[in-house]
Amino acid sequence: MSSTFDQIATIIAETCDIPRDRITPESHAIDDLGIDSLDFLDIAFAIDKEFGIKLPLEKWTQEVNDGKATTEEYFVMKNLAAHIDELVAAKGA
Amino acid sequence: MHLEFFQLIDRITDLNIGAKTIAAEAQVPEKNTIFEGHFPGYPLMPGVLLIETMAQASGWLLIALMKFERMPFLGAVKEAKMRGFVSPGETLKIDASIVHEGSGFAMTSAEISVRGQLRCNATLTFRHIPFPNPDLRGHMDAVARRIGFPQEMILHD
Repeated sequence: MSSTFDQIATIIAETCDIPRDRITPESHAIDDLGIDSLDFLDIAFAIDKEFGIKLPLEKWTQEVNDGKATTEEYFVMKNLAAHIDELVAAKGA
Repeated sequence: MHLEFFQLIDRITDLNIGAKTIAAEAQVPEKNTIFEGHFPGYPLMPGVLLIETMAQASGWLLIALMKFERMPFLGAVKEAKMRGFVSPGETLKIDASIVHEGSGFAMTSAEISVRGQLRCNATLTFRHIPFPNPDLRGHMDAVARRIGFPQEMILHD
């Protein structure tokens, strides 16, 4: 079974036409991979479907806008994968 | 259709919250300056306006699902296919359904048919936000009443 990181890296590669080998756990989806907010909706859609969750994009964006979180916290790949794992675990709890 | 005011839905004929679907109708006007340019001697409803019509029907469905508290804005149009011409005077049946409800966004599938024949379809993505001001909310309330949006779904402050 592939890791959450591998699964979302594949989603991003296919959704945004980015070479898979460019996407590492340290990649920042916005700053490094150049994914904009509209493209990220397609990624969120695919992640929601793949993991059976609802990625709380509005909450995350609000936290970033309010200065309570950095974009790195949610949009660096390894951190995004960790948040997805938390959401999946919370769903199953 | 009130093309000048970009109000493209005439009436909602069915709104099913449980199934997350909407059906609406719109009458393409017989005469409009748009048809003088699109095209001279061969008037056709522009595809972009058909896409907007599908977007507006989808928007009303989303407004209903969000209990008239948020306003959807068109973000992306995918797989839009103009399958047949739409001419002045024709009555359009517009159907839309939810593909996905995300956080702050939604995707719909919509189509327009005339006399049972599919004329166009698309998958649409919307971002939605709380109504940005009372003016827009009031305007949407008024349009909702005009097109037969179920009044019990309109929450008042």
